[in-house]
Amino acid sequence: MFWQKDIETISRSALEELQLKRLKQTVGLAYKNIPFYKEQFSKLNLKPNDITSLKDVPKLPFTTREDLRENYPFGMLAVPKEQVVRLHTSSGTTGKPKAIFFSKKDVDRAAELIARCLIMTGVKKDDVLQNMMTYGLFTGALVMHYGAEKVGVLVIPAGPGNTKRQIALMQDFKTTTLHLTPSYALYLAGVMNNEGLDPKDFSLRRAYMGSEPYSEETRKKIEKFFKIDVYNSYGLSEMNGPGVAFECTEKNGMHLWEDNFIMEIINPETGERMPEGEEGELVLTTLYREAMPILRYRTRDIAMIIPGKCKCGRTHRRISRIIGRTDDMIIVRGVNIFPQQIERVLMGIKAVAQNYQIVLESYDLMTIRVEISKELFDGKVEHLVNLQSEITEKLRAEILVKPKVELLEPGTLPVSEGKTTRVIDKRTL
Amino acid sequence: MDKLRQLSIFSENKPGRLRKITKVLAEEGVNILAINIASSNGFGVIKFIVDKFEPAYQKLKQKGFTVSLNEVLAIELTDRPGGLFEVAALLSKKRINIENAYVLILESRKKAFLIADVKDVEKAKKLLEHENLRFYREEGPKKKKNARRVK
Repeated sequence: MFWQKDIETISRSALEELQLKRLKQTVGLAYKNIPFYKEQFSKLNLKPNDITSLKDVPKLPFTTREDLRENYPFGMLAVPKEQVVRLHTSSGTTGKPKAIFFSKKDVDRAAELIARCLIMTGVKKDDVLQNMMTYGLFTGALVMHYGAEKVGVLVIPAGPGNTKRQIALMQDFKTTTLHLTPSYALYLAGVMNNEGLDPKDFSLRRAYMGSEPYSEETRKKIEKFFKIDVYNSYGLSEMNGPGVAFECTEKNGMHLWEDNFIMEIINPETGERMPEGEEGELVLTTLYREAMPILRYRTRDIAMIIPGKCKCGRTHRRISRIIGRTDDMIIVRGVNIFPQQIERVLMGIKAVAQNYQIVLESYDLMTIRVEISKELFDGKVEHLVNLQSEITEKLRAEILVKPKVELLEPGTLPVSEGKTTRVIDKRTL
Repeated sequence: MDKLRQLSIFSENKPGRLRKITKVLAEEGVNILAINIASSNGFGVIKFIVDKFEPAYQKLKQKGFTVSLNEVLAIELTDRPGGLFEVAALLSKKRINIENAYVLILESRKKAFLIADVKDVEKAKKLLEHENLRFYREEGPKKKKNARRVK
Protein backbone atom coordinates (compact mmCIF):
# COMPACT_ATOMS: atom_id res chain seq x y z
CA MET A 1 0.00 0.00 0.00
CA PHE A 2 1.60 3.19 -1.22
CA TRP A 3 0.34 6.75 -1.12
CA GLN A 4 2.74 7.90 -3.80
CA LYS A 5 4.21 4.71 -5.19
CA ASP A 6 6.38 6.26 -7.88
CA ILE A 7 8.25 8.54 -5.56
CA GLU A 8 8.36 6.05 -2.69
CA THR A 9 10.01 3.41 -4.88
CA ILE A 10 11.99 5.75 -7.12
CA SER A 11 15.43 4.51 -8.14
CA ARG A 12 18.37 5.80 -6.15
CA SER A 13 19.87 7.56 -9.11
CA ALA A 14 16.62 9.34 -9.96
CA LEU A 15 16.19 10.20 -6.28
CA GLU A 16 19.65 11.72 -6.11
CA GLU A 17 19.01 13.70 -9.26
CA LEU A 18 15.83 15.04 -7.71
CA GLN A 19 17.63 15.82 -4.47
CA LEU A 20 20.30 17.80 -6.27
CA LYS A 21 17.75 19.77 -8.25
CA ARG A 22 15.77 20.61 -5.13
CA LEU A 23 18.92 21.35 -3.14
CA LYS A 24 20.07 23.92 -5.65
CA GLN A 25 16.68 25.59 -5.55
CA THR A 26 16.62 25.55 -1.75
CA VAL A 27 20.13 26.90 -1.43
CA GLY A 28 19.33 29.67 -3.91
CA LEU A 29 16.17 30.60 -2.03
CA ALA A 30 17.91 30.61 1.33
CA TYR A 31 20.81 32.69 0.06
CA LYS A 32 18.60 35.22 -1.65
CA ASN A 33 15.95 35.69 1.00
CA ILE A 34 17.42 34.84 4.39
CA PRO A 35 20.09 37.33 5.53
CA PHE A 36 21.34 34.84 8.10
CA TYR A 37 22.28 32.36 5.37
CA LYS A 38 23.74 35.04 3.12
CA GLU A 39 26.01 36.00 6.00
CA GLN A 40 26.96 32.40 6.71
CA PHE A 41 27.79 31.85 3.06
CA SER A 42 29.98 34.93 2.77
CA LYS A 43 31.84 33.89 5.93
CA LEU A 44 32.69 30.66 4.10
CA ASN A 45 33.33 32.41 0.81
CA LEU A 46 30.57 30.29 -0.61
CA LYS A 47 28.06 31.03 -3.38
CA PRO A 48 24.94 29.04 -4.34
CA ASN A 49 26.58 28.18 -7.66
CA ASP A 50 29.29 26.29 -5.82
CA ILE A 51 26.78 23.56 -5.10
CA THR A 52 27.00 21.38 -8.19
CA SER A 53 26.68 17.89 -6.78
CA LEU A 54 25.43 16.16 -3.65
CA LYS A 55 29.07 15.80 -2.65
CA ASP A 56 29.08 19.56 -2.06
CA VAL A 57 26.58 19.35 0.80
CA PRO A 58 29.34 19.34 3.43
CA LYS A 59 30.41 22.73 2.07
CA LEU A 60 27.17 24.24 3.34
CA PRO A 61 27.09 25.77 6.82
CA PHE A 62 25.31 23.98 9.64
CA THR A 63 22.24 25.50 11.24
CA THR A 64 21.86 25.10 14.99
CA ARG A 65 19.01 25.76 17.37
CA GLU A 66 20.95 28.76 18.64
CA ASP A 67 20.78 30.18 15.12
CA LEU A 68 17.01 29.77 15.15
CA ARG A 69 16.80 31.33 18.57
CA GLU A 70 18.96 34.28 17.64
CA ASN A 71 16.85 34.95 14.58
CA TYR A 72 13.59 34.71 16.44
CA PRO A 73 10.95 35.59 15.48
CA PHE A 74 11.06 36.30 11.76
CA GLY A 75 14.74 36.16 10.89
CA MET A 76 14.65 32.76 9.19
CA LEU A 77 11.67 33.47 6.95
CA ALA A 78 12.28 33.19 3.22
CA VAL A 79 8.94 34.55 2.10
CA PRO A 80 6.88 37.65 2.94
CA LYS A 81 4.81 37.28 6.09
CA GLU A 82 1.57 37.44 4.10
CA GLN A 83 2.42 34.08 2.55
CA VAL A 84 2.74 32.36 5.90
CA VAL A 85 -0.33 30.57 7.21
CA ARG A 86 0.91 28.52 10.15
CA LEU A 87 3.24 29.05 13.05
CA HIS A 88 4.54 26.31 15.29
CA THR A 89 6.99 26.79 18.11
CA SER A 90 9.32 24.51 19.93
CA SER A 91 11.02 24.99 23.28
CA GLY A 92 14.45 26.50 23.43
CA THR A 93 16.93 26.41 26.26
CA THR A 94 16.43 30.09 26.97
CA GLY A 95 13.25 32.09 27.32
CA LYS A 96 12.54 32.30 23.62
CA PRO A 97 11.24 29.28 21.71
CA LYS A 98 12.05 28.47 18.09
CA ALA A 99 9.55 29.68 15.53
CA ILE A 100 8.78 27.56 12.49
CA PHE A 101 6.66 29.00 9.72
CA PHE A 102 4.63 27.20 7.09
CA SER A 103 3.21 28.44 3.82
CA LYS A 104 0.05 26.81 2.48
CA LYS A 105 2.18 24.55 0.31
CA ASP A 106 4.36 23.63 3.29
CA VAL A 107 1.31 22.65 5.32
CA ASP A 108 0.02 20.54 2.50
CA ARG A 109 3.34 18.87 1.89
CA ALA A 110 3.72 17.99 5.54
CA ALA A 111 0.29 16.39 5.30
CA GLU A 112 1.38 14.43 2.21
CA LEU A 113 4.31 12.97 4.08
CA ILE A 114 2.01 11.89 6.89
CA ALA A 115 -0.34 10.38 4.35
CA ARG A 116 2.54 8.25 3.03
CA CYS A 117 3.20 7.05 6.58
CA LEU A 118 -0.41 6.16 7.27
CA ILE A 119 -0.95 4.25 4.02
CA MET A 120 2.42 2.57 4.52
CA THR A 121 1.15 1.09 7.78
CA GLY A 122 -2.11 -0.19 6.39
CA VAL A 123 -4.47 2.70 7.10
CA LYS A 124 -7.62 2.92 5.00
CA LYS A 125 -10.42 5.47 4.70
CA ASP A 126 -12.57 3.59 7.18
CA ASP A 127 -9.98 3.81 9.93
CA VAL A 128 -10.53 6.00 12.98
CA LEU A 129 -7.52 7.83 14.33
CA GLN A 130 -7.49 9.11 17.90
CA ASN A 131 -4.91 11.85 18.12
CA MET A 132 -3.61 11.95 21.69
CA MET A 133 -0.77 14.36 21.09
CA THR A 134 -0.91 17.93 22.33
CA TYR A 135 -2.65 20.39 20.05
CA GLY A 136 -1.61 24.03 20.13
CA LEU A 137 1.79 25.39 19.26
CA PHE A 138 3.34 21.93 19.07
CA THR A 139 3.52 20.17 15.73
CA GLY A 140 2.81 16.70 17.09
CA ALA A 141 -0.97 16.77 16.90
CA LEU A 142 -1.84 19.20 14.13
CA VAL A 143 0.53 17.82 11.52
CA MET A 144 -0.72 14.28 12.04
CA HIS A 145 -4.27 15.64 12.01
CA TYR A 146 -3.96 17.25 8.59
CA GLY A 147 -2.25 14.17 7.14
CA ALA A 148 -4.92 11.86 8.49
CA GLU A 149 -7.68 14.06 7.11
CA LYS A 150 -5.97 14.01 3.76
CA VAL A 151 -6.13 10.23 3.71
CA GLY A 152 -9.77 10.46 4.67
CA VAL A 153 -9.81 8.71 8.04
CA LEU A 154 -12.02 9.90 10.85
CA VAL A 155 -9.82 11.99 13.12
CA ILE A 156 -10.69 12.33 16.78
CA PRO A 157 -8.77 15.38 18.07
CA ALA A 158 -8.67 14.07 21.63
CA GLY A 159 -5.40 15.69 22.73
CA PRO A 160 -3.54 14.23 25.69
CA GLY A 161 -4.64 13.16 29.14
CA ASN A 162 -8.13 12.74 30.56
CA THR A 163 -7.78 9.00 30.31
CA LYS A 164 -11.33 8.08 31.25
CA ARG A 165 -12.55 10.12 28.35
CA GLN A 166 -9.93 8.66 26.00
CA ILE A 167 -11.19 5.19 26.81
CA ALA A 168 -14.80 6.21 26.29
CA LEU A 169 -13.91 7.73 22.91
CA MET A 170 -12.09 4.57 21.86
CA GLN A 171 -15.10 2.47 22.77
CA ASP A 172 -17.82 4.73 21.41
CA PHE A 173 -16.18 5.60 18.12
CA LYS A 174 -14.35 2.30 17.55
CA THR A 175 -10.93 3.87 17.28
CA THR A 176 -8.56 1.77 15.20
CA THR A 177 -5.43 3.86 15.26
CA LEU A 178 -3.74 5.72 18.11
CA HIS A 179 -1.19 8.51 17.92
CA LEU A 180 0.51 9.00 21.27
CA THR A 181 3.75 9.15 23.21
CA PRO A 182 5.23 5.90 24.51
CA SER A 183 4.98 7.09 28.10
CA TYR A 184 1.28 7.76 27.66
CA ALA A 185 0.82 4.41 25.98
CA LEU A 186 2.28 2.71 29.05
CA TYR A 187 0.11 4.81 31.32
CA LEU A 188 -3.02 4.08 29.30
CA ALA A 189 -2.24 0.37 29.36
CA GLY A 190 -1.87 0.57 33.12
CA VAL A 191 -5.19 2.30 33.59
CA MET A 192 -7.05 -0.07 31.29
CA ASN A 193 -5.47 -3.02 33.05
CA ASN A 194 -6.53 -1.71 36.46
CA GLU A 195 -10.07 -1.13 35.24
CA GLY A 196 -10.19 -4.71 34.00
CA LEU A 197 -10.71 -3.60 30.41
CA ASP A 198 -9.78 -6.10 27.72
CA PRO A 199 -8.26 -4.57 24.58
CA LYS A 200 -9.98 -7.35 22.63
CA ASP A 201 -13.25 -5.54 23.27
CA PHE A 202 -11.88 -2.49 21.48
CA SER A 203 -11.33 -1.97 17.77
CA LEU A 204 -7.65 -1.05 17.94
CA ARG A 205 -5.36 -2.16 15.14
CA ARG A 206 -2.30 0.00 15.40
CA ALA A 207 -0.54 2.78 17.27
CA TYR A 208 2.02 5.35 16.22
CA MET A 209 4.41 6.18 18.99
CA GLY A 210 6.80 9.06 18.80
CA SER A 211 8.02 12.27 20.37
CA GLU A 212 10.03 10.39 22.99
CA PRO A 213 12.79 7.84 22.54
CA TYR A 214 11.82 4.36 23.69
CA SER A 215 13.13 0.82 23.52
CA GLU A 216 12.15 -2.25 21.54
CA GLU A 217 11.00 -3.83 24.82
CA THR A 218 8.54 -1.03 25.38
CA ARG A 219 7.18 -1.42 21.87
CA LYS A 220 6.66 -5.13 22.41
CA LYS A 221 5.01 -4.47 25.77
CA ILE A 222 2.49 -2.12 24.20
CA GLU A 223 1.87 -4.46 21.27
CA LYS A 224 1.31 -7.35 23.61
CA PHE A 225 -1.13 -5.54 25.87
CA PHE A 226 -3.19 -3.80 23.21
CA LYS A 227 -2.91 -6.64 20.67
CA ILE A 228 -1.91 -4.16 17.97
CA ASP A 229 1.02 -3.20 15.77
CA VAL A 230 3.08 -0.32 17.07
CA TYR A 231 5.02 1.80 14.62
CA ASN A 232 7.83 4.12 15.49
CA SER A 233 7.50 7.71 14.29
CA TYR A 234 10.24 10.34 14.11
CA GLY A 235 10.03 14.03 13.55
CA LEU A 236 10.98 17.40 14.92
CA SER A 237 9.22 20.76 14.74
CA GLU A 238 12.03 22.30 12.76
CA MET A 239 11.40 19.69 10.04
CA ASN A 240 7.58 20.05 10.06
CA GLY A 241 6.99 17.76 12.99
CA PRO A 242 5.99 14.09 12.68
CA GLY A 243 6.34 12.53 9.27
CA VAL A 244 10.07 12.94 8.78
CA ALA A 245 10.69 9.24 9.22
CA PHE A 246 8.33 6.36 9.90
CA GLU A 247 8.35 2.58 10.15
CA CYS A 248 6.76 0.45 7.45
CA THR A 249 5.14 -2.90 8.13
CA GLU A 250 8.58 -4.50 8.32
CA LYS A 251 9.15 -2.57 11.55
CA ASN A 252 12.85 -2.56 10.96
CA GLY A 253 13.96 1.05 10.90
CA MET A 254 12.13 4.20 9.91
CA HIS A 255 12.04 5.28 6.25
CA LEU A 256 13.17 8.89 6.08
CA TRP A 257 11.59 10.68 3.12
CA GLU A 258 14.72 11.48 1.19
CA ASP A 259 12.95 13.40 -1.54
CA ASN A 260 12.01 15.94 1.13
CA PHE A 261 15.13 15.88 3.29
CA ILE A 262 18.79 15.31 2.72
CA MET A 263 20.02 13.34 5.69
CA GLU A 264 23.52 13.08 7.02
CA ILE A 265 24.99 11.39 10.05
CA ILE A 266 27.91 13.33 11.45
CA ASN A 267 30.38 13.10 14.26
CA PRO A 268 29.00 15.76 16.62
CA GLU A 269 32.49 16.84 17.71
CA THR A 270 34.22 17.09 14.35
CA GLY A 271 31.33 17.54 11.92
CA GLU A 272 32.71 14.71 9.75
CA ARG A 273 30.25 12.52 7.90
CA MET A 274 29.78 9.02 9.24
CA PRO A 275 29.20 6.07 6.92
CA GLU A 276 26.01 4.05 6.89
CA GLY A 277 25.70 1.75 9.87
CA GLU A 278 27.57 4.06 12.23
CA GLU A 279 26.02 6.22 14.93
CA GLY A 280 26.22 9.95 14.91
CA GLU A 281 24.17 13.11 15.00
CA LEU A 282 21.37 13.34 12.44
CA VAL A 283 21.60 16.44 10.25
CA LEU A 284 18.71 17.36 7.97
CA THR A 285 18.30 19.76 5.03
CA THR A 286 14.82 20.64 3.77
CA LEU A 287 14.24 20.30 0.05
CA TYR A 288 10.70 21.57 -0.48
CA ARG A 289 10.04 23.93 2.40
CA GLU A 290 9.41 27.39 1.00
CA ALA A 291 8.50 29.58 3.97
CA MET A 292 11.44 28.50 6.06
CA PRO A 293 14.00 26.33 4.34
CA ILE A 294 16.73 25.09 6.67
CA LEU A 295 20.17 23.89 5.65
CA ARG A 296 22.03 21.15 7.50
CA TYR A 297 20.10 21.40 10.75
CA ARG A 298 21.82 19.85 13.73
CA THR A 299 18.99 17.83 15.25
CA ARG A 300 21.08 16.70 18.25
CA ASP A 301 19.44 13.29 17.87
CA ILE A 302 21.82 10.37 17.66
CA ALA A 303 20.95 7.62 15.20
CA MET A 304 22.38 5.66 12.31
CA ILE A 305 21.41 5.01 8.72
CA ILE A 306 20.50 1.36 8.26
CA PRO A 307 22.32 0.03 5.24
CA GLY A 308 20.62 -2.21 2.72
CA LYS A 309 17.24 -2.47 1.04
CA CYS A 310 13.94 -2.78 2.84
CA LYS A 311 11.61 -5.64 1.91
CA CYS A 312 8.72 -3.21 1.48
CA GLY A 313 10.33 -1.92 -1.72
CA ARG A 314 10.72 1.67 -0.68
CA THR A 315 14.04 3.15 -1.70
CA HIS A 316 14.13 5.92 0.90
CA ARG A 317 16.69 4.73 3.42
CA ARG A 318 15.88 3.90 6.98
CA ILE A 319 17.23 5.34 10.20
CA SER A 320 17.45 3.42 13.44
CA ARG A 321 15.66 4.31 16.64
CA ILE A 322 16.95 7.48 18.19
CA ILE A 323 19.71 6.25 20.42
CA GLY A 324 20.22 9.39 22.47
CA ARG A 325 20.79 13.13 22.40
CA THR A 326 23.92 15.21 22.20
CA ASP A 327 22.46 17.64 24.71
CA ASP A 328 20.49 17.28 27.92
CA MET A 329 17.01 17.84 26.57
CA ILE A 330 14.31 15.67 28.10
CA ILE A 331 10.85 14.96 26.81
CA VAL A 332 7.85 14.84 29.10
CA ARG A 333 4.38 14.11 27.72
CA GLY A 334 5.80 14.82 24.29
CA VAL A 335 7.01 18.27 25.29
CA ASN A 336 10.70 19.18 24.96
CA ILE A 337 12.17 20.49 28.15
CA PHE A 338 15.68 21.67 28.85
CA PRO A 339 17.03 21.59 32.39
CA GLN A 340 18.39 25.07 31.67
CA GLN A 341 14.82 26.36 31.51
CA ILE A 342 14.14 25.06 34.98
CA GLU A 343 17.40 26.43 36.24
CA ARG A 344 16.57 29.86 34.92
CA VAL A 345 13.18 29.95 36.61
CA LEU A 346 14.68 28.85 39.93
CA MET A 347 17.43 31.45 39.69
CA GLY A 348 14.77 34.13 39.65
CA ILE A 349 13.21 32.98 42.91
CA LYS A 350 15.05 34.28 45.94
CA ALA A 351 13.91 31.75 48.47
CA VAL A 352 15.45 28.79 46.70
CA ALA A 353 19.04 27.76 46.36
CA GLN A 354 20.36 26.65 42.99
CA ASN A 355 20.45 23.00 43.71
CA TYR A 356 17.61 21.08 42.11
CA GLN A 357 16.80 17.72 40.65
CA ILE A 358 14.32 16.59 38.04
CA VAL A 359 12.67 13.24 38.64
CA LEU A 360 10.60 11.76 35.85
CA GLU A 361 8.48 9.37 37.81
CA SER A 362 5.91 8.30 35.28
CA TYR A 363 3.98 9.55 32.28
CA ASP A 364 1.98 11.82 34.48
CA LEU A 365 4.47 12.97 36.97
CA MET A 366 7.54 15.13 36.81
CA THR A 367 8.86 16.18 40.18
CA ILE A 368 11.22 19.08 40.63
CA ARG A 369 13.06 18.79 43.92
CA VAL A 370 14.41 22.11 45.13
CA GLU A 371 16.49 23.04 48.13
CA ILE A 372 15.19 26.07 49.99
CA SER A 373 17.41 28.89 51.12
CA LYS A 374 18.32 28.69 54.80
CA GLU A 375 18.51 32.42 55.24
CA LEU A 376 15.04 33.10 53.95
CA PHE A 377 13.22 30.56 56.10
CA ASP A 378 11.05 32.46 58.55
CA GLY A 379 9.26 29.62 60.28
CA LYS A 380 5.91 30.08 58.60
CA VAL A 381 4.29 27.14 56.87
CA GLU A 382 2.05 29.38 54.77
CA HIS A 383 5.06 31.11 53.28
CA LEU A 384 6.50 27.78 52.31
CA VAL A 385 3.24 26.67 50.78
CA ASN A 386 3.10 29.94 48.85
CA LEU A 387 6.66 29.43 47.74
CA GLN A 388 5.80 25.97 46.51
CA SER A 389 2.86 27.35 44.53
CA GLU A 390 4.98 30.13 43.13
CA ILE A 391 7.64 27.73 41.93
CA THR A 392 5.05 25.38 40.44
CA GLU A 393 3.30 28.15 38.56
CA LYS A 394 6.46 29.78 37.24
CA LEU A 395 7.82 26.45 36.08
CA ARG A 396 4.58 25.51 34.43
CA ALA A 397 4.50 28.79 32.56
CA GLU A 398 8.03 28.18 31.29
CA ILE A 399 8.11 24.50 30.46
CA LEU A 400 4.40 24.07 29.67
CA VAL A 401 4.04 20.98 31.81
CA LYS A 402 2.84 21.27 35.41
CA PRO A 403 5.37 19.67 37.73
CA LYS A 404 5.08 18.57 41.33
CA VAL A 405 7.45 20.63 43.45
CA GLU A 406 9.18 19.20 46.49
CA LEU A 407 10.88 21.55 48.92
CA LEU A 408 14.02 20.11 50.43
CA GLU A 409 16.37 20.96 53.22
CA PRO A 410 19.61 22.45 51.98
CA GLY A 411 22.28 19.82 51.53
CA THR A 412 19.86 17.03 50.63
CA LEU A 413 20.85 16.80 47.00
CA PRO A 414 24.25 15.80 45.73
CA VAL A 415 26.17 18.73 44.34
CA SER A 416 25.78 18.33 40.61
CA GLU A 417 28.76 18.34 38.34
CA GLY A 418 27.19 17.56 35.04
CA LYS A 419 23.90 16.98 33.32
CA THR A 420 23.42 13.37 34.29
CA THR A 421 22.87 13.92 37.97
CA ARG A 422 20.21 16.53 37.43
CA VAL A 423 17.71 14.25 35.77
CA ILE A 424 16.50 10.96 37.15
CA ASP A 425 14.34 9.14 34.63
CA LYS A 426 12.35 6.35 36.24
CA ARG A 427 10.04 5.84 33.32
CA THR A 428 11.84 2.83 31.81
CA LEU A 429 10.87 3.54 28.28
CA MET B 1 10.59 41.70 79.50
CA ASP B 2 7.61 39.61 78.71
CA LYS B 3 8.78 37.90 75.64
CA LEU B 4 8.79 34.37 74.43
CA ARG B 5 10.47 33.08 71.34
CA GLN B 6 10.02 29.85 69.46
CA LEU B 7 12.38 27.80 67.34
CA SER B 8 11.02 26.82 63.91
CA ILE B 9 12.78 24.13 61.96
CA PHE B 10 12.09 23.29 58.32
CA SER B 11 12.01 19.60 57.65
CA GLU B 12 11.06 17.18 54.92
CA ASN B 13 8.04 15.18 55.91
CA LYS B 14 9.68 11.82 56.37
CA PRO B 15 10.58 9.51 59.26
CA GLY B 16 13.65 10.30 61.26
CA ARG B 17 13.70 14.06 61.09
CA LEU B 18 12.19 14.64 64.52
CA ARG B 19 14.58 12.09 65.94
CA LYS B 20 17.57 13.90 64.46
CA ILE B 21 16.44 17.28 65.77
CA THR B 22 15.54 16.16 69.28
CA LYS B 23 18.85 14.31 69.51
CA VAL B 24 20.72 17.55 68.92
CA LEU B 25 18.68 19.32 71.59
CA ALA B 26 19.17 16.51 74.06
CA GLU B 27 22.92 16.45 73.53
CA GLU B 28 23.02 20.17 74.11
CA GLY B 29 21.18 19.81 77.38
CA VAL B 30 18.21 21.76 76.14
CA ASN B 31 14.82 20.97 77.64
CA ILE B 32 11.79 21.04 75.38
CA LEU B 33 8.76 22.68 76.94
CA ALA B 34 6.36 22.51 74.02
CA ILE B 35 6.28 21.22 70.47
CA ASN B 36 4.06 21.80 67.46
CA ILE B 37 4.32 20.26 64.03
CA ALA B 38 2.62 21.67 60.98
CA SER B 39 3.05 19.83 57.71
CA SER B 40 1.92 20.41 54.18
CA ASN B 41 2.74 19.11 50.73
CA GLY B 42 5.66 16.97 51.68
CA PHE B 43 7.41 19.24 54.13
CA GLY B 44 6.83 20.43 57.67
CA VAL B 45 7.78 23.05 60.16
CA ILE B 46 8.49 21.89 63.67
CA LYS B 47 8.18 24.48 66.38
CA PHE B 48 9.71 24.20 69.82
CA ILE B 49 9.57 26.16 73.02
CA VAL B 50 12.71 25.35 74.94
CA ASP B 51 14.41 26.52 78.10
CA LYS B 52 17.65 27.70 76.44
CA PHE B 53 17.04 29.33 73.12
CA GLU B 54 20.45 30.65 72.15
CA PRO B 55 22.44 27.44 72.57
CA ALA B 56 19.65 25.46 70.90
CA TYR B 57 19.48 27.81 67.92
CA GLN B 58 23.23 27.97 67.42
CA LYS B 59 23.69 24.21 67.71
CA LEU B 60 20.91 23.41 65.28
CA LYS B 61 22.29 25.89 62.78
CA GLN B 62 25.74 24.47 63.15
CA LYS B 63 24.41 20.99 62.49
CA GLY B 64 22.99 22.22 59.20
CA PHE B 65 19.34 22.54 60.08
CA THR B 66 17.19 25.25 58.52
CA VAL B 67 16.08 27.08 61.63
CA SER B 68 14.53 30.40 62.47
CA LEU B 69 13.81 32.12 65.76
CA ASN B 70 10.79 34.34 66.10
CA GLU B 71 8.76 35.88 68.85
CA VAL B 72 5.31 34.61 69.80
CA LEU B 73 2.55 35.66 72.14
CA ALA B 74 2.41 33.52 75.25
CA ILE B 75 -0.76 34.18 77.20
CA GLU B 76 -1.58 32.43 80.42
CA LEU B 77 -4.80 30.45 80.44
CA THR B 78 -6.95 29.61 83.42
CA ASP B 79 -7.47 25.91 83.71
CA ARG B 80 -11.23 25.71 83.73
CA PRO B 81 -14.04 25.66 81.16
CA GLY B 82 -14.06 29.01 79.40
CA GLY B 83 -10.37 29.59 79.96
CA LEU B 84 -9.43 29.49 76.31
CA PHE B 85 -12.69 31.12 75.28
CA GLU B 86 -11.92 34.21 77.27
CA VAL B 87 -8.54 34.71 75.66
CA ALA B 88 -9.84 33.89 72.19
CA ALA B 89 -12.68 36.38 72.62
CA LEU B 90 -10.27 39.07 73.65
CA LEU B 91 -7.91 38.47 70.74
CA SER B 92 -10.86 38.50 68.39
CA LYS B 93 -12.12 41.76 69.84
CA LYS B 94 -8.72 43.30 69.22
CA ARG B 95 -8.70 41.81 65.74
CA ILE B 96 -5.54 39.93 66.43
CA ASN B 97 -5.43 36.95 64.11
CA ILE B 98 -3.87 33.73 65.32
CA GLU B 99 -1.94 32.06 62.54
CA ASN B 100 -0.74 29.11 64.49
CA ALA B 101 -1.26 28.05 68.11
CA TYR B 102 -0.41 25.39 70.62
CA VAL B 103 -0.19 25.09 74.38
CA LEU B 104 2.63 25.17 76.87
CA ILE B 105 1.85 23.50 80.16
CA LEU B 106 4.14 24.42 82.99
CA GLU B 107 2.59 23.00 86.07
CA SER B 108 0.17 20.28 85.20
CA ARG B 109 -3.41 21.30 85.90
CA LYS B 110 -2.07 24.46 87.42
CA LYS B 111 -0.67 26.54 84.64
CA ALA B 112 -1.03 26.47 80.88
CA PHE B 113 -0.15 29.03 78.24
CA LEU B 114 -1.59 29.60 74.82
CA ILE B 115 1.32 29.95 72.39
CA ALA B 116 0.15 31.92 69.41
CA ASP B 117 1.87 32.91 66.19
CA VAL B 118 0.51 36.24 65.07
CA LYS B 119 1.46 38.48 62.19
CA ASP B 120 2.72 41.39 64.29
CA VAL B 121 3.71 40.44 67.82
CA GLU B 122 4.62 43.97 68.93
CA LYS B 123 1.34 45.35 67.77
CA ALA B 124 -0.53 42.52 69.42
CA LYS B 125 1.22 43.06 72.73
CA LYS B 126 0.38 46.75 72.59
CA LEU B 127 -3.24 45.98 71.91
CA LEU B 128 -3.35 43.65 74.89
CA GLU B 129 -1.45 45.96 77.24
CA HIS B 130 -4.30 46.98 79.43
CA GLU B 131 -6.12 43.73 79.46
CA ASN B 132 -6.17 41.48 82.41
CA LEU B 133 -3.74 38.91 81.05
CA ARG B 134 -0.65 37.12 82.30
CA PHE B 135 2.13 36.32 79.90
CA TYR B 136 4.92 33.83 79.95
CA ARG B 137 8.39 35.20 80.02
CA GLU B 138 11.58 33.39 79.17
CA GLU B 139 13.21 34.18 82.45
CA GLY B 140 10.55 32.12 84.13
CA PRO B 141 7.04 32.94 85.25
CA LYS B 142 6.68 35.63 87.87
CA LYS B 143 5.51 34.18 91.16
CA LYS B 144 2.71 36.55 92.12
CA LYS B 145 -0.36 35.80 94.09
CA ASN B 146 -2.54 38.40 92.40
CA ALA B 147 -3.23 39.07 88.77
CA ARG B 148 -0.94 41.80 87.65
CA ARG B 149 -1.04 44.26 84.83
CA VAL B 150 1.08 43.37 81.87
CA LYS B 151 3.78 45.60 80.44
